[in-house]
Amino acid sequence: MAEALPPFQAFLDEHMQPVRAFLRGMLGPHDAEDCLQETFLAALRAYPRAEGTNLRAWILTIARRKALDHFRSRARSAQPVAEPQGLIDRRAAQSGDEVGTRLGMSPRHSEIWAAVAELPPSQRAAVVLRFAVDLRYREVGEALGTSEEAARRNVHEALKKLRASAADLKEMA
Amino acid sequence: MSEFVDRLAARASEEGLLDVAYATVDTPLGRALVAATPRGLVRLALPNEDLDRVLVDLAAGVSPRVLEYPARLDEARRELDEYFDRRRERFELPLDWRLSHPGFHRRVLRATARVPFGKVISYRDAAERAGNPRAFRAAGTALGSNPIPIVVPCHRVIRSGGDLGNYGGGPEMKRFLLELEGAAP
Repeated sequence: MAEALPPFQAFLDEHMQPVRAFLRGMLGPHDAEDCLQETFLAALRAYPRAEGTNLRAWILTIARRKALDHFRSRARSAQPVAEPQGLIDRRAAQSGDEVGTRLGMSPRHSEIWAAVAELPPSQRAAVVLRFAVDLRYREVGEALGTSEEAARRNVHEALKKLRASAADLKEMA
Repeated sequence: MSEFVDRLAARASEEGLLDVAYATVDTPLGRALVAATPRGLVRLALPNEDLDRVLVDLAAGVSPRVLEYPARLDEARRELDEYFDRRRERFELPLDWRLSHPGFHRRVLRATARVPFGKVISYRDAAERAGNPRAFRAAGTALGSNPIPIVVPCHRVIRSGGDLGNYGGGPEMKRFLLELEGAAP
C-alpha cells in the first residue's frame, strides 16, 4: 500500500524553505513570495492526487512551472521604454545576494549569483536546485522532468558560463 | 504561525480547498487542539493526546488538506474559553459528526450531547437514550472514542454506583470537568 499523504501542514513545513530558496534563486525575493503562494495553493488543489509520488520532486515541479508562468507574464507586461532584461537581472541579482547570504557566502559570491540570473531558465533552475536547494543530480532531474544526465549537463553548462563571467569580473577589477 | 500560512489558508478557505482547519487552544487542562471542516467542529484533542498523531489521523479520516487556520476556529475557542471560565453552560457551535461511527455509536454521542451542564447520567442511561438499554458496554465504547470530548460531554456519563469510570484524558481530567460543573459525586 502506498504511504498515506501527510497532513498538508506537515508537507508545507517540510518543503517550504527549499521551495522558497528555489524561487528566490529563480525570481528574486519580491516575486518569489507571490510565486510561493501560487505554488502551494496549486499544490493544495492537486494534493489528494499526489499520493504515492515523490513529494519533494512534485512540489519543485509545480514551483518551476509557476516560475516559468511568472517569466512569461513579466515578459508580456514589460514596458518597451525601460530595459526589461536588465530590470529582471537586477531583481534576480538581489535574490542572489539573499541566497548567498543565507548560505553564508561572502559578498564576492553574490556576484556569482548575479551571473546566475543571466542564465537561461532551464540552466538557472538546474544550478539553483543543485546548489541553493542542495539536491542531488537525480533529484534535480526529477524536479525538472529530465534525466539525471540532462540535469548534470545543464549544471555543467551553467557552471561553464559562470566561470566565464567570474573571469570577466576579475578582468574588470 | 507564519503570515505566509495564514494568507495561504485564507485563500484556500475562500476557494473551498481547506477541508480541515485546526488551531491550538490553551485550557486549564493544558493545550488542546480543535479542528473544523466547513460543516463544523470535527475533532477536539485533549492535552494528553499526541497532536502530530491527531493531524495524521485527520488527514487519513477526513482529508489530507489540513492547515493551521485559527480564524475558522474563533467561535470554538471563544466558547471553550467561556466554558472554562464558567460563563457558558451550553456549546452552540455546529458539529461535524463524521468521525464517529454512524448508527448506535453516533446515537449515544448525540444523546450525550443533550445531557445538561452540571448533570450526570449512567452508561445504561446513555445506552437507553440511544435506543438500546442493554448495550451499555457498547455505549462505553462509543463514549471512549468520542472525537469531540468536552463539547460532546462524555465526562457527564459515569458508572451507576457513582464511580467516575473511564475517560480518554484520564480520570483526573474527568473529575476536574465534573468539579468545574459542580457535578462531582
